[in-house]
Amino acid sequence: MQYWEAIRLALQTIWTNKMKTAFSVVGVFIGVMFLIAVVSIVEGMNRYMTDRFAGTLLGVNTLHLRRFPNFETGETTRETWLSWIRRPRITVDDAEAVIAGLSIHHVAAWESASRAELEYRGLVARDIEVIAASDRYFDIKGMAIEEGRAFSAQEVQGGAPVLVLGNDLAKRLFEGIDPLGREVKIRGIPYRVIGVVERQGNLFGISLDKFVVTTAMSPAKRFVNPPGAIDALLVKTASQGELQQAISETEAIMRTRRHLRPRDEDNFAIETADAVLDFWAKINQVLMLALPMLVGISLVVGGIVIMNIMLMSVTERTREIGIRKSLGARRRDILHQFLVESATTSTVGAAAGVGTGLLLAKIIESISPLPASVAPWSIVLGVGVGAGVGIIAGIYPASRAARLDPIDAMRQE
Amino acid sequence: MSTQPIIRVRDLAREYRMGVETVRALNGVDIEIFPNEYVAIMGPSGSGKSTMMNMIGCLDTPTAGEYWLAGHEVSTMSDDELARVRNAEIGFVFQTFNLLPRASALHNVELPLIYAGVKSSVRRTRAEEALARVGLADRMHHKPNELSGGQRQRVAIARALVNDPSILLADEPTGNLDSVTSEEIMTVFATLHRQGQTVIMVTHEPDIAEHAHRVITLKDGKVHSDELRRAA
Repeated sequence: MQYWEAIRLALQTIWTNKMKTAFSVVGVFIGVMFLIAVVSIVEGMNRYMTDRFAGTLLGVNTLHLRRFPNFETGETTRETWLSWIRRPRITVDDAEAVIAGLSIHHVAAWESASRAELEYRGLVARDIEVIAASDRYFDIKGMAIEEGRAFSAQEVQGGAPVLVLGNDLAKRLFEGIDPLGREVKIRGIPYRVIGVVERQGNLFGISLDKFVVTTAMSPAKRFVNPPGAIDALLVKTASQGELQQAISETEAIMRTRRHLRPRDEDNFAIETADAVLDFWAKINQVLMLALPMLVGISLVVGGIVIMNIMLMSVTERTREIGIRKSLGARRRDILHQFLVESATTSTVGAAAGVGTGLLLAKIIESISPLPASVAPWSIVLGVGVGAGVGIIAGIYPASRAARLDPIDAMRQE
Repeated sequence: MSTQPIIRVRDLAREYRMGVETVRALNGVDIEIFPNEYVAIMGPSGSGKSTMMNMIGCLDTPTAGEYWLAGHEVSTMSDDELARVRNAEIGFVFQTFNLLPRASALHNVELPLIYAGVKSSVRRTRAEEALARVGLADRMHHKPNELSGGQRQRVAIARALVNDPSILLADEPTGNLDSVTSEEIMTVFATLHRQGQTVIMVTHEPDIAEHAHRVITLKDGKVHSDELRRAA
């Protein structure tokens, strides 16, 4: 008997026994559904972390020199925290020394940030991130200017009270009017809008477009940091290899400036996107380790259920088997029939699991900030595993069916 | 009558072990059946006629003796070889019809062809022809439970004929039918026989055996009598 014939027969049997099939594949269905859903979410997170999170917040091939880490991956004890806030701040002088001391080609900028209110003709936007930065900030962050322009090195030097708006903020504050050239007030001091940054989107549901960037030496410097201090120096290199060199050079320069002895720990932090990605990789690893176990358990249970239902089915259909044998079905015909039936049943369950899993991932994506991305390999794996479980679970029942004696089998009522 | 017998049984024996006892269901049977014979095998319960039916039908193998069917020595064959022979040489008609309840008449008739490896298009035509031969051309897509007893038995006969077997082997073919329908089925058998089919029928009803041209009576696992009733 040809395989397609057997599959057709199996599908017929499945169709006539819809309820029984539904119950028998519950285990496989749930297993595959979770496999697909979890893998989709993990994949989505993966993409998100690599493409957006690390890239947007920290920048590709970029190091951040800070007083203490912005992204802490482990648990921070009170002692650690206390030691961090006792560290000296990074200063403009530090930044300039590092920039001057780096041997490799790079782009650098520094930034300080604080939160403040923004006012335009009585309209107030609260809790806006005000960033005071040097001119190359936009290049390092990969922020494209949608309208107007960024500020120049001269404007930074001269402390020009100009600013560039985040996209959302521009839309909200200047609804229907051109923001360029308008004056907004931060803490009572007027600044002129010279540009609007392209939309940055959001990260885990938090808008990345509610900010303003003003020149590092503008009046904003008075409230973002104590005089001469900055939050971070950003250095961007052309490649990963150069970044590694930049890190060690920056560390060396800073240690010298801070007169640290060889045994002393760094009293500053150098952060890269890798640090965040490393942390994510760890979570990812745990998930990917736990996932097969969870899925495995439901598949084993699913397999046992299928095996039992198939055994039941063999008993129920003993007479049918006898008839088929009397008409010339060989052992292997019967074996194939039941194996294919078991595999098809299980695959149908797995396919339903794939569909529901994808749907679940979509639902999770839409009701939570977790992103989802379908991994094609997970679909192949899901369906393959489904068929595999069906075949393995079917072996014993099918061989029992194949070994039945036709006379005894036909005698069964 | 043809020269070569289609069935040749020599000193056939079949023992069953029942606990510690050994039961001899067949105890040295010699039978020869020639093409286009119409044979009834009779006998009371326990005479060994069911065992004989299973032997002839290649559903069971003897413990001793020889069985030649259409030139093959069947008595030494493996399970799968027996399945082959059943598929190609034997058309079964059972007392309880033994149709697959969920399959249509057409699919039931197609079954032997499926196991013979016949292509689906050919299969369908041949199954349709077989059903037409037993007068069920208009009932092809009905399921067994939508058919009367007589119609079911006709489906079974169509299924038995579809592979063009050497023998049509019927086991109490009218056992589950009323007398009118029984006559109907016997008419079908007579027609098939007239068309050249070898028919072997196992029965305990003398009036059914009447239709055959030769009656072999078994008793205690042996041939008790073997007589020709009419010219074959």
